[in-house]
Amino acid sequence: MNRTVLTLALAALAAVAAIPAHADINIGVTLSATGPAASLGIPEKNTIELLPATLGGQKINWFVLDDGSDTTRAVTNTRKFISEDKVDVVIGSTVTPNSLAMVDIVAESETPMISMAASARIVDPANPKTRWVFKTPQSDSLMADAIAVHMKANGVRTIGYIGFNDAYGDSWLSEIKQSGKTAGISVVAEEKYNRNDASVTGQVLKLIAAKPDAILIGASGTPGATPQKELVARGYKGKIYQTHGVANPDFLRVVGKDGNGTYLPIGPMLVYEQLPDTNPIKKVAADYITKYEAKYGKDSRTTFGGHAFDAYMLLSQAVPKALQKAKPGTREFRAALRDALETDNVVASHGVFVMSPQDHNGLDNRARVMIRIEDGRWVLVK
Amino acid sequence: MDLSIAALLVQDGVTNGAIYALLALAIVLVFAVTRVIFVPSGELVSYGTLTLAGLQLGKPPGTVGLLVGMAVLAGVMECASSLRHRDLRGLPRRLAAWTLLPCAIAALVWWAAPRNWPLPVQISLTLAAVTALGPLLYRIAYRPLADASVLVLLIVSVAVHFALTGLGLWFFGAEGSRTPAFASASLDVGQMTFSVQSLLVVAFSGLVIVALYLFFERTLYGKALRATAVNRIGARLSGISPRFAGTLTFLLAALLCAFSGVLIGPITTVYYDSGFLVSLKGFVGAIIGGLVSYPLAAAGALLVGLLESFSSFWASAFKEVIVFTLIIPVLLWRSLTTHHHEEDE
Repeated sequence: MNRTVLTLALAALAAVAAIPAHADINIGVTLSATGPAASLGIPEKNTIELLPATLGGQKINWFVLDDGSDTTRAVTNTRKFISEDKVDVVIGSTVTPNSLAMVDIVAESETPMISMAASARIVDPANPKTRWVFKTPQSDSLMADAIAVHMKANGVRTIGYIGFNDAYGDSWLSEIKQSGKTAGISVVAEEKYNRNDASVTGQVLKLIAAKPDAILIGASGTPGATPQKELVARGYKGKIYQTHGVANPDFLRVVGKDGNGTYLPIGPMLVYEQLPDTNPIKKVAADYITKYEAKYGKDSRTTFGGHAFDAYMLLSQAVPKALQKAKPGTREFRAALRDALETDNVVASHGVFVMSPQDHNGLDNRARVMIRIEDGRWVLVK
Repeated sequence: MDLSIAALLVQDGVTNGAIYALLALAIVLVFAVTRVIFVPSGELVSYGTLTLAGLQLGKPPGTVGLLVGMAVLAGVMECASSLRHRDLRGLPRRLAAWTLLPCAIAALVWWAAPRNWPLPVQISLTLAAVTALGPLLYRIAYRPLADASVLVLLIVSVAVHFALTGLGLWFFGAEGSRTPAFASASLDVGQMTFSVQSLLVVAFSGLVIVALYLFFERTLYGKALRATAVNRIGARLSGISPRFAGTLTFLLAALLCAFSGVLIGPITTVYYDSGFLVSLKGFVGAIIGGLVSYPLAAAGALLVGLLESFSSFWASAFKEVIVFTLIIPVLLWRSLTTHHHEEDE
């Protein structure tokens, strides 16, 4: 009998002890720190490690898991966050396929999610499940539009395209066709290649034979350098454009002097020093990048880390609002958080987020600038 | 498509084919002597390029840490097996070979890294460091299971491949590297242009293949390896240690892989996980040679290179499909023309 009383007392004590723990905000982060998307996921992970441990006066418990760029593991991680860690919000994943697969799970459990992947489909307003989903990176269409505008201004009429033989390359091809149509630019040659190809000579010869005014390379990270170096080696004289996927210091290292004169659209944070002081993004980006580079070394900044930081910026405004309505760990808190996210205007490192029920990305032209590579540096095109 | 484009494609195909040929030879060699399908060969290729790239940047490459780690593990395994067999006499000698020697190579590379020595010296250091991984892999992963069936050895190979890919990410990072070209000049012959770089790749590969031929035909060690490949038990009865044969084989195979890594570095960007696809193409070449014939394997690898180069021109989206579909008719043809032996062990 005594033992039963003791057990009950202990259980009651445990229950009491558990209550303050429930007031903590639990954030689950799944990102691709290994696998093919590792070069994107690692700076995101580094950024998460820089973020503060409290928000709106509440302690944050960060649950960070690696999904290895693998869709199944992203789904498993998300389920674990929701059922075991009782998270209030999920951040992730790094890549589009993973994020798309997570949409169903967060919608089912009514948990807000902030993706760090680019595709506009993740927050497609036509899909009712995306009510719970937000994303921080610029959509490819926004960036493709910037390229088309720049091409038109520089007299480019025809372009050749070489891109990854995957969703990234396909998405860029269809975006540039779309944006090109409105700018009167036609795609005269399309080629595909793989990240690990030993050679792209065949594709490059075919592109050059089509004599386009400019060539767009739809690739991310250092693999983007492979066709670029081949184009230069084969004496291609037209303009070369890259996508924002290549904007990291390793790309500059690998492409070397063959990168000179290449144009790409990018989130303004990468060149924040060159922005005018009136730009509100400059201060946010400077704060983040100073902190990041103090820990991970000079010039270690990447735009991908910025997407993770922006996810936190969104939360830093939404969480205090939600805290006024409900306690963390409850269904009401998650719903309040979602509502707050949907109505926020946030100045972040990549741009100004103006969220609405129709637009869960919220970025506009302020979230992109054109830059040019000059001797291993990014230079803002005015 | 005109003649000059065709010539460029052939040149590109032969250059890549020459690199695949080295891998095909490594795979055939390892299979013939030890019955191991050498899946991790690709990782050694990546390590080769990334080590050289690290030396070029003046940073100690990740290979140093890997080498020391594996050497220590091999040393621990030697101690354990000596204790188990209560035979401590040969232990100092074995520790010197398995632990001290690789550590010395690692120390040398580490010490040499910031000194920016000329390219040939850096290449030699790279070859030394990556080649040393071969025997260590054999000692740690394969030798304890040397008598297992081909299937078990294959499974071990796959495990080693995954382990090395993961370690590669850890030691070299996610981003790729390129090494500078050996030569940037080009030769004009009539209408065609040959880059000296690709001529050098083909010449080096040819040289290595000739050297291998001489090694197998003219030296005692080479003949011992051939004997082991032909009949393992017979070779053992004539006094050839299978352990020694296995170690030597992995040494040679790792050298071939490291050399392909050095050759492929200036041609493309190499990542910690790039090697797998390269070795898979070498494997298709090796399959064409039935995993036994060196000349057929080399010819097969060349064919893969050419096919890849032309299909990347005509149908770049289906390039890999075309290359790997090649294996099906080859397997059909081989299974129809050769007699099937049940595995004898």
